[in-house]
Amino acid sequence: MSRRSRVPRWTSLARVSVLIAIAVTFAMPLVWMLATSAQTEDLAMSPGLALLPDPPTSLPGQAHDNYKSVLTDETVNFPLFFRNTLIVVLLGVSGAMISSTIAAYGLARVRIPGRRLILLLTIATMLIPFPVLMAPLFMLYAKIDWIGTFLPLYAQFWFGNAFSIFLMHQFFRALPPELEEAARLDGCSTWRTFTHIALPLSKTALAVVGLLHFTYMWNDFLAPLVFIVDRDMFTVALGLQLYQSRAGQTPWTLLMAASVLTILPVFLVFVLANQLFTRGSISGGVKG
Amino acid sequence: MTTRRPGTVINLLWVTPWLVGLVLFFLLPMGMSFYYSLTDYSMLEVPLWIAFDNYAALFGDSVFWLAVRNTLIYAAISIPLAAIVSLGIAGLLDTDHPVSHVVRVLVFAPTVVPLVAAAMIWLWLFNSDHGLINAGLSWVGVNGPNWLQERGWAMAALIVMSLWSVGQAVVIYLAALQDVPSALVDAASIDGLGPVRRFVSVVLPTIAPAVVFNTIIQTITAWQVFATPYIMTEGGPDRSTYFYSHYLYDQAFLFQNMGYASALGWVQLLLITACIAVPYVMVRKFGGGP
Repeated sequence: MSRRSRVPRWTSLARVSVLIAIAVTFAMPLVWMLATSAQTEDLAMSPGLALLPDPPTSLPGQAHDNYKSVLTDETVNFPLFFRNTLIVVLLGVSGAMISSTIAAYGLARVRIPGRRLILLLTIATMLIPFPVLMAPLFMLYAKIDWIGTFLPLYAQFWFGNAFSIFLMHQFFRALPPELEEAARLDGCSTWRTFTHIALPLSKTALAVVGLLHFTYMWNDFLAPLVFIVDRDMFTVALGLQLYQSRAGQTPWTLLMAASVLTILPVFLVFVLANQLFTRGSISGGVKG
Repeated sequence: MTTRRPGTVINLLWVTPWLVGLVLFFLLPMGMSFYYSLTDYSMLEVPLWIAFDNYAALFGDSVFWLAVRNTLIYAAISIPLAAIVSLGIAGLLDTDHPVSHVVRVLVFAPTVVPLVAAAMIWLWLFNSDHGLINAGLSWVGVNGPNWLQERGWAMAALIVMSLWSVGQAVVIYLAALQDVPSALVDAASIDGLGPVRRFVSVVLPTIAPAVVFNTIIQTITAWQVFATPYIMTEGGPDRSTYFYSHYLYDQAFLFQNMGYASALGWVQLLLITACIAVPYVMVRKFGGGP
């Protein structure tokens, strides 16, 4: 940090101005989405760049109308899609967290034959793109009659998730082993050491893994597109695309309101955990 | 710390579910995929063994080459651009100024926006008549193009949009930059090295692992690009934004050519490996890398 304190004042000022410009650029698409979602169709299509309606006091009423119109749409049942996504995501995230943590602890702390090979395979699966797997997975799921259920979207996570295993493994490796060794000396089994010593120490890491997996599943588009055929079983991501692509022009104001609703759950989670997201988690996994 | 008990086979219980998962959801589908890639299979009839005909057919398939070409163009432009933008932003963020912390959050935020929602937002921003981007351009006297409906501009639009989600790379570069020993940078500037030389000979070698990591991730991501062009351009206009994964999806689920799609999948894996190996070897050779 010492080199930065000697930087002349105007450089610091220039840096701050550029940073603010960057922040505005990155935030603008989201701000514009929010603004459009609370406008009348006329205002959104007018040539001026109005952020707020005129008079600004009409904003809450118009926003209410737009969002209500999205949520009560007759052909695109967003409340149902939210329910579907929530079911799939909760089942997937809980399964991934339980199975991945157990596997990760085993790989980090227990003598297992072929440990290095298993770790290597785990990392290898992270590098295999989903498009490569989607055709054979579809055939597999069709053979065992899973198409038409939510199982293709979450069942595999009950066996663990490579990225979560990798992150938890890195975390367990970095835990100072003294506490666990003491527990072992006192006669704790490996399993008890895991549940009573290691797990309570890993709340933050578990939260990070859970949040990353939540975001991944909530946002996923391709897997639901491939595996979900029944419109009543659509997830929010599919529903939003359906809303946009259906016959007849969907007004931009309503499309933006629907987008806000899709983003909202992830953003709530993100805001609550922003410290976890931007510090430790991702970079920690890399540097490990 | 490992257990001192001799019975290690019983310890396999820890990873048994994951091993079953690896077999069921990765090794088995990969095996099936390789078998089907050697057959003509539409899911309606039994697979017909045709050996390597699918792979041979790829060479004469002009759409395959078009998809490869589009994907390579997209990767070749978006990955270096993303590297410059994210490294630049990370460099600016590498300060204790309180503004930096707010900007970090705003730069990272777009990376958690669902791709479908991002596609909707940018469809609206790129709208030729009422979109914010063309309105902004006309404000400085430029008549903006019809971004998503014109050849060339559609690809440019998708690349611009991809820069919106460089936040993860920024976070990784920021962590790497904070590991650069400031004493080394100070010594270099006392020795009279200019900012460019300082960056190339002091900073870059230290952050090389982060560069390699980000490039690998972005290469894999580029080969998987699907949702945004599928929604925003449907691969058009004139298939100018028709990417590899989109072609694979169409072959598998639109035309039901599961055998051909499986071959496309294996070739995709080979192409990705090649795209990762090349920059990796280059960094090893010239950068002194990890």
